[in-house]
Amino acid sequence: MRFPVFANQCVCTVGNRRGEESVVTVEAPVARLAALPGVSTASGVAAVAEHAQAAGRLLPVRPELRELLPSGGLRRGSTVVVRGSTSLLLALLAEATATGAWAAAVAMPDLGLAAAEEAGVELSRFALVPRPGAEFASVTAALLDGLDLVAVAPVDTSSSVARRLSVRARHRGAVLLSLGPWPGAEVDLACEFAEWSGLEAGYGQLRERRLEVRVAGRGAAARARFVKLSLPGETIAAPGFSWREWTEEEVG
Amino acid sequence: MSARMLVLWCPDWPVVAAAVAADVPAHLPAAVFAANRVVACSAVARTAGVRRGMRRRDAQSRCPELLVFGVDEGRDARLFEPVAAAVEELVVGVEVVRPGLVAVPVTGAAGYFGGELKLAELLLDQVSGRAGVECQIGVADGLFAATLAAHRSTLVEPGATAEFLAPLGIHELDQPDVDRTELVDLLRRLGLRTLGAFAALTERDVVSRFGSEGLLAHRLARGLSERPPYRRRPPPELGITKELDPPLERIDAAAFVAKTLAETFHAGLAAHGLACTRLGIHAITEHGEELSRVWRCAEPLTPQGIADRVRWQFEGWLRTGGPASGVSVLRLLPEETVEGNSLQLGLWRGGTPGLDDEQADKANRALVRVQGLLGPDSVFTAVLDGGRGPAERVRLVPWGDRRATESPPEMPWPGRLSQPSPATVFEHARPARVLDSLGVDVEVRRRRQLTAPPAAVVLGGEPREVLEWAGPWHVQGRWGAAAGALARIQVLLAGEPELALLLTTTTDKDPQWTVEGVYD
Repeated sequence: MRFPVFANQCVCTVGNRRGEESVVTVEAPVARLAALPGVSTASGVAAVAEHAQAAGRLLPVRPELRELLPSGGLRRGSTVVVRGSTSLLLALLAEATATGAWAAAVAMPDLGLAAAEEAGVELSRFALVPRPGAEFASVTAALLDGLDLVAVAPVDTSSSVARRLSVRARHRGAVLLSLGPWPGAEVDLACEFAEWSGLEAGYGQLRERRLEVRVAGRGAAARARFVKLSLPGETIAAPGFSWREWTEEEVG
Repeated sequence: MSARMLVLWCPDWPVVAAAVAADVPAHLPAAVFAANRVVACSAVARTAGVRRGMRRRDAQSRCPELLVFGVDEGRDARLFEPVAAAVEELVVGVEVVRPGLVAVPVTGAAGYFGGELKLAELLLDQVSGRAGVECQIGVADGLFAATLAAHRSTLVEPGATAEFLAPLGIHELDQPDVDRTELVDLLRRLGLRTLGAFAALTERDVVSRFGSEGLLAHRLARGLSERPPYRRRPPPELGITKELDPPLERIDAAAFVAKTLAETFHAGLAAHGLACTRLGIHAITEHGEELSRVWRCAEPLTPQGIADRVRWQFEGWLRTGGPASGVSVLRLLPEETVEGNSLQLGLWRGGTPGLDDEQADKANRALVRVQGLLGPDSVFTAVLDGGRGPAERVRLVPWGDRRATESPPEMPWPGRLSQPSPATVFEHARPARVLDSLGVDVEVRRRRQLTAPPAAVVLGGEPREVLEWAGPWHVQGRWGAAAGALARIQVLLAGEPELALLLTTTTDKDPQWTVEGVYD
């Protein structure tokens, strides 16, 4: 039977908070204990528990986007910043809404909803509050209470309001996505480089975009890394596309 | 024996209402469509071969000049109010069954006017005179039989209802407000082709084979009252009254109030194990004017159904200029109730489709709360209709309203842009200038080509170099619409990062380029 050694719990946290020196002094006995068969440290148990909890509390994203997020999905209670690409935001919402989660977009009057549908967002579970005005914070808070994903476009959001909303999201197990800077976000996805294909001197049409996304943030995402992906993904582009629709017009 | 009823029926009401709303003369063939199928068509269209349930394409092939309208229950109800009011001038106890159908208890009125025939004549004159609408009248025992009598313009003698119903086809059970398609289909396959044949079965057999729904249909087929006789007058405290401050003057505000009121009302009834089948809507205006109307429904009303009826009633009142001032008190009264579980309806969830799981309920509560904060017209969901431009395809529906497509998105739309659509579509398009390599403004020529390949685009500040471009895609202006024809191009602008835009220009005398969307 495995049981946690509770005496070590506080030692570990102290070690983490105070810095290297104290860690060195307590590391040896913890390691010795942990090496014993059947004994696991409190932090080890906590990590396993957290992982199990997180696995059940992840909102799914499309397979090609999993690499962007440290936990492979949108972790409930987290705040995610998406900068420089609305379609990346829509792509992140797609899989979760398609599998039954509810989402809302606050203060985004210019959101392209045809693009949202093409990205795979289930529009019947996607509510829009385009003009919250001065009630931005209370509207977002109310939505975080009831919905799984809330996307916001922050306009002059003070850092205290932002922090309060992030805390609200954490308490309610909702995911707060921000299309723009947001203090204290767990994950920060910045679209740094984009290259379109499909246009050719008057012919063709915008078809696909290769993005390079800089992933930064706190915790597991603390070390910045770059992820390449293309939008819209292969799976989405195919079905609705038809040449006939516009060649007819060209002729007629 | 069920009460004797007079039913006044306006044939093809949805079409009549749509034609009146669109100001179309009645001699033109018209039809109302929902989900690409004919819901109702005018008599002229019917003679041309258009039938209910027909696809739009088939209907138009039989009758090319057919006018096509979308279904709109609010419009139907709104325009029906004058008819109900006209009937009410002569008789009391008017109940609106649905827009297009009014029921009146006949006994008292017939005695007063000297016979049922006299009353029917009077009503026909009154309605065509006051409301300008053709209608038919039928009298029989019970609402169902009276409705069928109205379809045939007959007066059924008292006690002869069963004989009247017996030779009629079994499909008559399938009335628009109750879906019995499956039952009717089953009965027909069992060889029961007339109401009489069905009525000849014993009640016991029917219950054991078809359950409560079958029992209800069986009662109708036998000419008994449409509801089991244990209906009762509800204790009065189940009605709810709401003082409105400030008074209601606008329909959207009324719709919002109606929604919350309907929830409370329904919950109050449900707590007593009841559901409402006849709803009394009473309003008192600021000037003390009292308005009231009773809505009757074959099925127990859901919260959504109650809210809809309150909204329709308001639309009707406000349109006819009924109240001279805002409504300050609104009262909902359950005029008649049934035991909730006798009709096997999900009472606790209210039976609203799509809102039956906990998560959806939670989301709905949050969104209604936001509506409470910002007003009813602040939370939307989007419905994608057919259309060419990325903005044209999107229709925002206030949260809580029905999400129905108005024009089919799967039809071919010449000039429609292919996927992907721009992820940002500006609500108010922003002006731009498109220049060619010599710095001259690029325009669209009459032969649908650009005067020169675009080389730079000015978006307020410095001109940005065009890396690649495609187009133009043309869109014809709609018939009679003020906006003329449009042309769109896609451009890819240099910069860090690259910027892909959808630019639109009008192709009239004074062209102006605007940024319609950004592929970001």
